[in-house]
Amino acid sequence: MPINGNDEFRPKIVAFCCNWCSYAGADLAGSSRLAYPADVKIIRVPCSCRVNPMFILRAFEKGADGVIMCGCHPGDCHYSTGNYYARRRMTLLFSMLDYIGVEQGRTRVEWVSAAEGVKFSATMNEFVEKIRSLGKNVRLEDLRCRN
Amino acid sequence: MQELINRIKELLADKTVERVLGWKAGDLSYNPEPAYFKTEDELENFVYDGFCGANLSKYMIEAAKLEGKTLVCLKPCDTYSFNQLIKEHRVDREKTYIIGVGCKGKLDIEKIKAQGIKGITSVSGAEIDGDAETLEFETVYGKKSCSYNDVMLERCYVCKGKEHMVYDEIIGESKDTSEGADRFSEVSRIENMSPEEKFAFFQKELSKCIRCNACRNVCPACSCRKCVFDSNKFDSAQKANTDSFEEKMFHIIRAFHVAGRCTDCGECSRVCPQGIPLHLFNRKFIKDINEFYGEYQAGEDTESRAPLTNFTFDDCEPGIVGERG
Repeated sequence: MPINGNDEFRPKIVAFCCNWCSYAGADLAGSSRLAYPADVKIIRVPCSCRVNPMFILRAFEKGADGVIMCGCHPGDCHYSTGNYYARRRMTLLFSMLDYIGVEQGRTRVEWVSAAEGVKFSATMNEFVEKIRSLGKNVRLEDLRCRN
Repeated sequence: MQELINRIKELLADKTVERVLGWKAGDLSYNPEPAYFKTEDELENFVYDGFCGANLSKYMIEAAKLEGKTLVCLKPCDTYSFNQLIKEHRVDREKTYIIGVGCKGKLDIEKIKAQGIKGITSVSGAEIDGDAETLEFETVYGKKSCSYNDVMLERCYVCKGKEHMVYDEIIGESKDTSEGADRFSEVSRIENMSPEEKFAFFQKELSKCIRCNACRNVCPACSCRKCVFDSNKFDSAQKANTDSFEEKMFHIIRAFHVAGRCTDCGECSRVCPQGIPLHLFNRKFIKDINEFYGEYQAGEDTESRAPLTNFTFDDCEPGIVGERG
C-alpha cells in the first residue's frame, strides 16, 4: 500500500550493511542530513561476508524488489579478508540470478566506508531510481508472502 | 569384463580387499545397479557394460568407515569426484583400492527409448570389450538397432578425457568420446537470451521438478552429513515445491552449494526422472569461475584451494555481471 496515497510505485529495497563501514556510512549520511528514499530498509550484519546467498534469495522471496549489499572497501575489512570472500560469492550469485532471468539491475554490491555518507546516499538514490524503472519483482517472489 | 572379474577374484582371495564395490545385473538388461560383493560366488552377478553409468565414488564415504579395504571400480570421470572427496577429507584413500575401468561412453536408456526402442528384452553391443558401433536390441516388438554414438549420456558428448586421475591399477581401454565439443555451448546460448526468454526457459524446465531429491542424493559433492534441505526450519525443506519460487530456490541453492566443487560428472542430469538438464546450473558456475578466477577443474588434484574458499586482491567486482551484458 503506497503511503503517499497515490498509485506511484514504491519499491521495497533491502540493504545489507556491514557494521564497521557501511552502517556507519549510513549513520553519517543521516547525521549529515543527506536524503535517501525511505524505501531502503537497512539490515545490519557484522561483516559483508556474513551475507549468506540465502539472505538475498529470502529477501526476494519475501517481496523485495531489489537487494543491495554494502561492505568495507576491499582491503579495509574489519576482519581483514571477509569482503574478499563476499565479493566472489556475490559475483557468482548475481551471475546465476541473471542467468535464470532475474534482471541484473535488481542486485548490486557497493563498497561504502564509514566516511562516505555522501556516497551512501547517492548510491541509494541511484539504486532506488533503477528499481523504480524496473518495476515490481515478480520473478523471484513467493506468492504466499504477498500481502 | 572377464579380465576385470578375474583380477577382482584374485584380490578378494589374497585378502587385499575385504569387499568390492561395483555393479550387479539389475532386473532388466539395461539397468545394472551399484552393489557390494564380498565373496567369489556373489561375483556371478557382477556386470560392467555401457549401461553402468553410476558414479561409485560417493559410496566410498560410507565404505571408508567399514573395517578393511574396499575395492572400487571407477571410470575416468568418476576419479575426478573421488579426488574431490579426498580433498574434502570425506573418503580414506588408504582404505581404498581403485581399479580404473575403461570407458567408451555410457548409454542413456531414455535416449534409446526416445528412438522408439521399447519393450527391450536383451541388448548386445553394449559390452565394454567389444568395438561394436551399433547396439542390437531384442524387443517384444522384434529386433531393433541404433548407433552407439547417438544414444550416449549427455556428459559423454563433453567427455573430460580418458585419463584416470587417481588409481591403483587400470583394466581396459578408455576412449575420449567428446570429439572436441564445447561443453559450455548450451550455457552460452542461454546467456545470450533476453531476461524474459531466460526466465521462460527455466520456468519451463524447473516446473517439472517433483522434488524427489534424486539429484542431491546421487551427487558426490552433496555429501554433507546434515543437509540444509533436511531442516524443517528451512523454506525449501523436504516437501514438494508449492510454487515457482521454491522450484527455483531449490536448484539455485543446490547449485551454489556445489559451486567450485562440482566436477561436472553429470550424475544429476542422468538420474533426474523428469529429465531436467540440471548440469546447466553447474556448468554456469564452472563457466563463471573459469572466466572470472581462471581455469579450474574440481577433482583434478587434491592440493589446490577451491575458488570459493580463496580470493585474490584484484578479483573482479560483482558489477562485472552487468557490464558483460
